[in-house]
Amino acid sequence: MRTKPGPARCKEIRIISQPQQTVKIMEFTEKHVEGLKELLYKMADDLLIIGHRNSEWTGLGPMLEEDIAFSSMAQDKVGQSLALFELLHELGESDPDTVAFTRNDNQFHCSQLVELPIGEYDFSMVRHFFFDHAEAIRFEMLADSVFEPLSMVARKFKGEIKYHTMHADIFMKKLAAGGEESFTRMQNAINETFGLALGMFEPGNFEAELIEAGIFGGEAELQQRWLDKVVPLLESFGYLVPKVESTEPALGGRHGVHTSHLQPLLDEMTEVFSIDPGADW
Amino acid sequence: MIVKSLDPRIERAALDDESKIGELNVHEHFETYEVFQQVKRGTHHQHVGNVHAPNAEMAMLFAKEQYCRRGAAVNLWVVATSNVFVTEYVDADIFETTEDKLYRDPNSYKVMDRINAYKARASKV
Repeated sequence: MRTKPGPARCKEIRIISQPQQTVKIMEFTEKHVEGLKELLYKMADDLLIIGHRNSEWTGLGPMLEEDIAFSSMAQDKVGQSLALFELLHELGESDPDTVAFTRNDNQFHCSQLVELPIGEYDFSMVRHFFFDHAEAIRFEMLADSVFEPLSMVARKFKGEIKYHTMHADIFMKKLAAGGEESFTRMQNAINETFGLALGMFEPGNFEAELIEAGIFGGEAELQQRWLDKVVPLLESFGYLVPKVESTEPALGGRHGVHTSHLQPLLDEMTEVFSIDPGADW
Repeated sequence: MIVKSLDPRIERAALDDESKIGELNVHEHFETYEVFQQVKRGTHHQHVGNVHAPNAEMAMLFAKEQYCRRGAAVNLWVVATSNVFVTEYVDADIFETTEDKLYRDPNSYKVMDRINAYKARASKV
């Protein structure tokens, strides 16, 4: 990974208030910065881990073309995580390589959804669908963030993520219409993955501060917008979507509580780095 | 017996040396789609290759990553290969005398300088 150290940019934030179009300068408090870092960590960790997981399909995809497309998107995810780790570095955290490769599972803020093994293609595809729609909406919300470096990152990846959700939608639609076995497997995967997906929206410790400062609209709003998007879509493909009220969300990931699957993934991912942390590669 | 490999992907595939490489039957393959890529708006779409896909929508999905992940593109066409009408190579003689007809070659025009100048201007725009 490339690192790009730079000064922290959180001290002066330009807020353009819509009605008068006037510009004022706002100081971030410590809580705002903590909240911002927490937000960046969970996003970056989600992207790094799902990128790593999805890359495990490389060479095993159901057909050559899809193998290449899925692998390419997995690389995109790791690239997106790097952009966020660089923002964290500018806010005073260690460089991207150190942050990505030297933490243990309890220091990771990814959702449990992304850390689970790839399973079969039905699960991987449903996870891709749920995750990428959430990411697309999160980035859409962040495109208006008062923290400009983040809104710039969010805008930069808009097209890339649009292709990812397009890919997921077309597959979900096609597999719903792919005969009884195909439909049943996809429906079962949706049922099993829905609660895991809801875990993505586990509130952080600084929701109110992030919303108040205009940094991010919050997990509750994100979850609602995600449901408004994915439920009608899945229903239009012919699937049944479990009810939120009767589904247990898989919480804990945002606060370092993970399944037994994350640490082995980290061990494998950091193997080369651990042998020689100073190596050029 | 399971083949031992250092590559975790091979282990996950659980290949054994008894497994045979099967033969493909009709309908075990998706049909192919020809891919045409436009690099810049206003320019011609150019044939870049093909993809296997169950329908045009998925062909577009695959074509984007197969052919447009490394260079600029603004538009894609995908056409089922079965919808492309092709000439037979036995009929290639219909093209044979074309190269003799120099009078059809714009290089022999006296206005060639002006044409080249126009092309140069157009490519700068």
